[in-house]
Amino acid sequence: MTPGHRKGYAQTVVGVIIALGALVMAMPFYFLAIFATHSRTEIFSLPPPIWIGDQFWFNLTALLQKLDYFSSAFLSFYVAVLSSVLTVFVSAMSGYAFVYLDFKFKRALFVFVLSLMMLPPFLGMIPTFIIMDGLHWLDEPRALYIPAAASAFGVFLIRQYAINSISRDIIEAARMDGASEWQIFVGIFFPLMMPALSILGLISFIASWNNFSGALVVLRSSSHFTIPLALRSLLSPVNTEWGVIMVGSFLVTLPLVLIYAVFSKKIISGLTATSLK
Amino acid sequence: MNTQPQILTAENRATHWVFLGPFLILALVFIVLPMLFSVVLSVMVWDPIDGFAGIHYVSLENYRFMFQDKWFWVSLYNTIWLALISGLAQHSVAIPLAYAICRWLGRYQQAVAGLFFLPYITSTVAISILATALFSTDYGLINQAIAPILHVISGTDSSQPIQWLDSPQGIKPAIAIIVFWRFVGFNTILYMAAFQAIPKEIFEVSYVDGIGSFRRFLMVAVPMIFPAILFGLTMSIIGGLQLFEEPFILTNGKGGASHAAMTVAMYMYRTAFEFNDIGTASAMAWFNFLLIAIILTLLYAIAGKRLIKNLGAT
Repeated sequence: MTPGHRKGYAQTVVGVIIALGALVMAMPFYFLAIFATHSRTEIFSLPPPIWIGDQFWFNLTALLQKLDYFSSAFLSFYVAVLSSVLTVFVSAMSGYAFVYLDFKFKRALFVFVLSLMMLPPFLGMIPTFIIMDGLHWLDEPRALYIPAAASAFGVFLIRQYAINSISRDIIEAARMDGASEWQIFVGIFFPLMMPALSILGLISFIASWNNFSGALVVLRSSSHFTIPLALRSLLSPVNTEWGVIMVGSFLVTLPLVLIYAVFSKKIISGLTATSLK
Repeated sequence: MNTQPQILTAENRATHWVFLGPFLILALVFIVLPMLFSVVLSVMVWDPIDGFAGIHYVSLENYRFMFQDKWFWVSLYNTIWLALISGLAQHSVAIPLAYAICRWLGRYQQAVAGLFFLPYITSTVAISILATALFSTDYGLINQAIAPILHVISGTDSSQPIQWLDSPQGIKPAIAIIVFWRFVGFNTILYMAAFQAIPKEIFEVSYVDGIGSFRRFLMVAVPMIFPAILFGLTMSIIGGLQLFEEPFILTNGKGGASHAAMTVAMYMYRTAFEFNDIGTASAMAWFNFLLIAIILTLLYAIAGKRLIKNLGAT
């Protein structure tokens, strides 16, 4: 009757619709987990499985027989950790320079960094292959983690956080006390920026862990495949072992969902930071 | 004593290069150099097997070849179709969704937004593999779920299941749905942040004026987040016109039935790595880049004025 009453009714309806939408969004994750516990015939049956089956161990054993899943997983992890550590250091140093050092062409250089963010990565796909070939880096993990460290997004993110969290006065005071820029960077900037640096580290880790097209170009032989490439190699036009490939897909997704469950707020704030100028 | 400030400035002059050095060197070698290299390659014919001796300058021959290639135009059409459909769907859902979450979901805001965002951070490979199973024609979960609806629409008991992945009509919508699912949450979060930044007083004025909920959303809230919409569209245009991973994995790198899911980026990849035509592939990469640049320039030429007017009003 009252406007407040009507608003409560509308609110419930909208809330239910949105909740259903969120459920639909989450459904693929549910089915990924469920399908990982079923055989191929069970996955493609009428009706399809909607609850946990008993084929998980069977699928997992078959997966480990078909693929050297652990060495792919280790490679993925190794590349992701190095990408994330290097990105954090390289971005932190540049971010520090852009906020606390004064130099010529600072504005122009920052515009350059911003414009790098807008560049479509596809433009570099073919020449990157040729350059990596020339460096003899094909099939080498460093062909992935070294270019990843040139993250314009990272520089932007660090600069943004630094401007808002560490005032120039603190840095000035340390300079007055005779500290060198390097000492200030390591002793003051790095510890105070830990929250932002850890966000950048997480985001870089996730991006590297999921990286498919970058790895596709530089990792050419199957013995050097990261998980995304190894998984795709299981897809066959004639005879795909669906239960097996679902376990593999489930295992590559699980760590991400767990990381996200704990750090979702941080990850979201980091990934959307570039939109808030 | 007098010389000390000078020493400091001299030190400063070198210091910033030390701090910027790692990023600048990496960016030059792995971003700028490949880009310039790609321009050069686009006017060359090169069979890499012969090494650098096998390079010949051919002027714009690669571009001419590309424009005469029927499959290039097909891939361009596919790319624009996918970018347009999935892009429009994402933004027309994300804007009202973000508004509704901000206004009505109170303390559940973060949790719900978090669920919508989750697909954005998941592996494209895992998701495309799962989608291959979900969209399968005979026993796929999606066809089984929508079969009752199709029965009602067609009015018959036995309607044909949709051939999502095996027909040129089905594959594009299937990919658009996956792309929508992956990115709608990102845009929702983006718009939520924008709606939350609107000053409360602006809404209070609209309450006093007594305008309805829907008009308040359309006439008051949406114009206020115009910069965010522009940013969201920019990201969708850049990402959409480069679409590669989802169609590549779903169609096993080939482009699907009648190549209906072959995007420009995929065709470029195949031209370079399957047909070993690096020159034409580089021409495609540059064409795609220029297309993105032109569309964005037009967007900002039209919307930029509006943006300035908007900022002037607040």
